[in-house]
Amino acid sequence: MSATGRRRSQWAVINILVIAYALFPVWWIIALSFKDPSTLTDGNFIPTEWTWENYRGIFQTSEFTRALINSIGIALISTVIAVVLGTMAAYAVARLRFPGKSLLIGMSLLIAMFPPISLVSPLFNIERIIGIFDTWTGLIIPYMTFSLPLAIYTLSAFFREIPWDLEKAAKVDGATPAQAFRLVIAPLAAPGVFTTAILVFIFCWNDFLFAISLTSTSAARTVPAAIAFFTGSSQFAQPTGSIAAAAVVITIPIIVFVLLFQRRIVAGLTSGAVKG
Amino acid sequence: MTQPAPTAPARAPAPKDRRALSEGARQERRLGWLLCAPAVIVMLAVTAYPIVYAVYLSLQRYDLRFPQQAHFVGFSNYGAVLSSEFWWQALWVTVLITAISVTVELVLGFALALVMHRAIFGRGTVRTAILIPYGIVTVVAAYSWQYAWTPDTGYLAALLPSGSAPLTEHWPAIGLIILAEVWKTTPFMALLLLAGLALVPEETLRAAQVDGAGAWQRFFLVTVPLMKPAILVALLFRTLDAFRIFDNIYILTSGAHNTGSVSILGYDNLFTALNLGIGSAISVLIFLCVALIAFAFVKLFGAAAPGAQEGR
Repeated sequence: MSATGRRRSQWAVINILVIAYALFPVWWIIALSFKDPSTLTDGNFIPTEWTWENYRGIFQTSEFTRALINSIGIALISTVIAVVLGTMAAYAVARLRFPGKSLLIGMSLLIAMFPPISLVSPLFNIERIIGIFDTWTGLIIPYMTFSLPLAIYTLSAFFREIPWDLEKAAKVDGATPAQAFRLVIAPLAAPGVFTTAILVFIFCWNDFLFAISLTSTSAARTVPAAIAFFTGSSQFAQPTGSIAAAAVVITIPIIVFVLLFQRRIVAGLTSGAVKG
Repeated sequence: MTQPAPTAPARAPAPKDRRALSEGARQERRLGWLLCAPAVIVMLAVTAYPIVYAVYLSLQRYDLRFPQQAHFVGFSNYGAVLSSEFWWQALWVTVLITAISVTVELVLGFALALVMHRAIFGRGTVRTAILIPYGIVTVVAAYSWQYAWTPDTGYLAALLPSGSAPLTEHWPAIGLIILAEVWKTTPFMALLLLAGLALVPEETLRAAQVDGAGAWQRFFLVTVPLMKPAILVALLFRTLDAFRIFDNIYILTSGAHNTGSVSILGYDNLFTALNLGIGSAISVLIFLCVALIAFAFVKLFGAAAPGAQEGR
């Protein structure tokens, strides 16, 4: 009785340590975002005076709202395209026999390992020449490309778990492979596709290097990049409060995803990487 | 990845393959190519073509302020980079950060994975908490660390002797960059290791225990060898990822006090010095480094690339 009690309290301490580890920097930026300018530099772990001033401030500037729209739009469009293309390829990888499959897998693996900085200089020049520098398209293209390997791996792992007998049954009933894909498998695959979409969205939402390299104005600058260019409300004010508030705003979707879909995200991350 | 890609038309003598020419199989093959084509075209167009273009750019003297004067200069950009102390300093910093953070992450990640694997309650809560560092925008986390360690705004800086500003000194700054990197990416490592832990059969561990193996012996002699593939994949992914570190350094120090990584160096040459030729040469060199690391992992440790066991 007391032995199990001690084990439980040991685990409670360990769990609390892990949770504190994970939340410490998050709490710190939240605390900063709620401090008013006079207490911003007091270094207190918990704000003494809580204020919404910083949030009101950033939502009044187009600098932030425009960046937020850019972030949401660019990440959503990239996610949709990457997941559609990834679903098609992953279905083929998981289900069909065709020459060149291992070539496709090798290629996506290479791209997953590709250093993005290597693409920044050529893409910068190409995009300036063809006129998509500093546009949504200019960011969507690298985002969907770099998230394709993630999409293909995660999806093909999910697709292998699907009860494929149903597909055979559909084929016996006279469906072509294409019909079987569209009518039987696609609905079954929806949960895996959804999980992949979350992972891809987080990936695109997170990017910083492309966002600062391939944009020059607020036309396509996403929030992570815009934050880095924030200036204070006056020439002498430090933008600390604004940066903290903006940082918290873009953290909210991540926390919502994690709280709602913890199980799925873990399954998606690990299935793709370990079972391949 | 180890087996050669079967690009040649299947003319193998196996009877199974001869049957592959039946109408159904041909249809299947065509559908396979059709479904993969868009992904392949996008990946080739956005990575293979630009990297070739980067090689082309790296052979030119190309100042972005005077694009008309761009001209072919052979390998002199590479000579300029490789004989510059900035490149070697950045490479050293990058290698150092990669080696230390991946090592720490492996140890810490194992601890976290074991906590998530063995916890007798609260597993869901711990996993949810652990996913937050993974999901959070790197720039956000980096700002949090930066403010925490900056005198005046900082909670952590306030704990240090007054007057110390760790982000403005070389070694403390490197340490803090590693801390930020480790905090952010250990959860990913832990989740990969957790998936590996799940593959270690409970009976094997119990048998070892019956045979008198202690907890450490069970861990190093049973668990770790059985998890080797998962560990190697996690290490490979994280090493390559750490090598391209950019966001954390950009926010924490912007590469000041000799804390810049090779990615920071490439970025600065492109966007501060506006030198497309040198910037591209650095891009190509980083690409070669990454290729070398991946090759070394596969050759030396026999890391099975995920998906390599496709044939089974």
